[in-house]
Amino acid sequence: MASTMKAQSGMATRPYTYREPQSELASNTKRIAGKVAIYTLLILWTFIALFPIYWTITTSFKVAVDVTQGHMIPWVDYTPDWRGWRSIGLSPDTIFSTSTVREEFMKRFLNSAIMAIGASLLAVILGSLAAYGLVRFDYKFAIWRNRDISFFFLSQLILPPVVLAMPFLVLYKELALLDTRIGLIVVYTLMVLPIVIWIMRDQFRGIPVELEQAALVDGCSTWGAFMRIVLPISLPGMVAAFILSVVLCWNEYFFAALLTSTNANTLPVMVASQTGSQGINWWSMAALSTAAIAPLAIVGIFLERYIVKGLTAGAVK
Amino acid sequence: MQTSQIAAPQDLIATHDIPPARRSAGKWLITLATLALAAIVLYQGLYAAGQTETGFANWRPVLYAYLAWGVALGWGQVLMRGEGGKRALFVLPAILFTVAVVIFPTVAGLYIAFTDWNLASFDGRSFNGLANFWALMHDSYFWNALRNMGYYVLAVLVQYAIAFGLALLLNAEIRARKFFRVAFLMPFMLSPVAVGWMVGKSLMEYRFGPAATLARHLGWENPAFFASPWIARFSIMAMDAWVWIPFVMILLLAGLQALPKEILEAAKVDGANGWRSFWQIIFPLMLPVSITAIIIRIIFQLKLADIVITVTSGGPGGSTDTVSSFIFREYRDRSNVGYGTMVAEFYFILIALFVALLLWGSSRWMKRVTG
Repeated sequence: MASTMKAQSGMATRPYTYREPQSELASNTKRIAGKVAIYTLLILWTFIALFPIYWTITTSFKVAVDVTQGHMIPWVDYTPDWRGWRSIGLSPDTIFSTSTVREEFMKRFLNSAIMAIGASLLAVILGSLAAYGLVRFDYKFAIWRNRDISFFFLSQLILPPVVLAMPFLVLYKELALLDTRIGLIVVYTLMVLPIVIWIMRDQFRGIPVELEQAALVDGCSTWGAFMRIVLPISLPGMVAAFILSVVLCWNEYFFAALLTSTNANTLPVMVASQTGSQGINWWSMAALSTAAIAPLAIVGIFLERYIVKGLTAGAVK
Repeated sequence: MQTSQIAAPQDLIATHDIPPARRSAGKWLITLATLALAAIVLYQGLYAAGQTETGFANWRPVLYAYLAWGVALGWGQVLMRGEGGKRALFVLPAILFTVAVVIFPTVAGLYIAFTDWNLASFDGRSFNGLANFWALMHDSYFWNALRNMGYYVLAVLVQYAIAFGLALLLNAEIRARKFFRVAFLMPFMLSPVAVGWMVGKSLMEYRFGPAATLARHLGWENPAFFASPWIARFSIMAMDAWVWIPFVMILLLAGLQALPKEILEAAKVDGANGWRSFWQIIFPLMLPVSITAIIIRIIFQLKLADIVITVTSGGPGGSTDTVSSFIFREYRDRSNVGYGTMVAEFYFILIALFVALLLWGSSRWMKRVTG
């Protein structure tokens, strides 16, 4: 629909150039060829982007012989089997019976979820407040002004996890925070805080000051104006920052591998520990990977708009 | 773009009529809280150093004391400075959090870096000055990993080129744009560890992996993706690109959509063909976004580790090693905390310099290009 409109308006803009009928035909052919090329490339890249996911999901329903013979399409060249899902206790016939693997999986799944959501919430609260302050007020802490404070926050983005990993190990040992959820939540909050501040700064800059000034005239305090006027307007930005944070925290591996052992382990650690062992069962690894990526795949499908919003904040002026 | 940095409300609220009693109450609150925090740190510090008999089982009470101190600091600010204090409350929590979580580990890290500390040995920690640093200077594995980082950073440019192409495709007049956008974004959502298995260990598996099968069909007789140094490096780069291209693509797509339509239309009327209008109009206009995307991407690339750790552990012969995965193995397999931390601190200084140089150079270059 939109494309036909565009085409018409495109024609309308050049009624003055006279064209031979033949060249009209030629340009039509050219346009169609262009379209074909575009869609071919689009479909090719869709295949590249989605095939590994398709492969993982279908492999989780295979048995050994299907893997070795390279079968690809369920019901056509192999019969789906629940073996992979049974091995992690998530197939229909084992879902209600006890399974230690499933308990382990669910524990880590829960850990991942709690930590990702907890850290993202904390980061969005801290980061939004800081971003709002930095956008609206002039600060002076000793020699630090707004620019310096912003730079201090954003520069944390450069800090590679390896620099913090061992000091955190030592620190957490002393604080009795090793292998706890709260410990990892703090680390993850630190990791995503610069990104949240970056997104929210952009968001608050887009809100006209006059709105808050009106609220102040009406008798709101600074915080009242923030809570009642600014928060509701900037909610989409916060959701975007939150979802992007969840994605990053859910996928984090480095800190989780070094700072947790048995209690606060996350899903990526479980996946990685299974990968390392020799003679892995493809079907159970595939089932495990599928289960680990499924939540974010669903987030990606339904909340894509917010992820795009979060990623592009501040990048395009 | 709005330049609404300074809000006018200063004129609306009088900040100078705070009674002296309230002001001194705030001052006292902050002083007392600081003293209490210092006392607890000292109490526990002396106990930990073996100077006194009594103390807490761990340092956690100090953490609570710090939190309480933070609350007192904020409250004191409000008491002392009224409106100004309330404004400081916006940014104070984040500053206190970041300072506590970054400054301490960095200082502790510098100390650890100059110690000989191996968790596997019984001797414990001992100061050994610059020994770690000299060891680092002669560690060919580290320099090898650093050289690999150079290759990985260069690979970002290839990712950028592909991402630009995809962004142009998505920006063309197509149907089902939303579907393609979601599909293209998908790899970015997946955990690199899972990708390591899905792609590295399964798709590219030598015997049954579909990628290997395809390569055999295409005439590569021995499709071992992780056996020889350069092929292994390219395989890691390909996986990394698969995960990160969507990120760059989304940024560039946003840039393309923000381009002024009139200029593109004008180019069409002038009869510029696609290739020329791209290089002469679109590409220059996209430079700012491109620079941002590439710099952010390089910053993330310098942390590359997960995929390498899960797929090759740096092999074969260290040819896919990144600095992060090298340090990870130093910690994990050799428990060599002192040395690993020295490598990490050294690397951090290097990349801080590199990123600073990059930012400085790109901003200068942008100024020259855009005049």
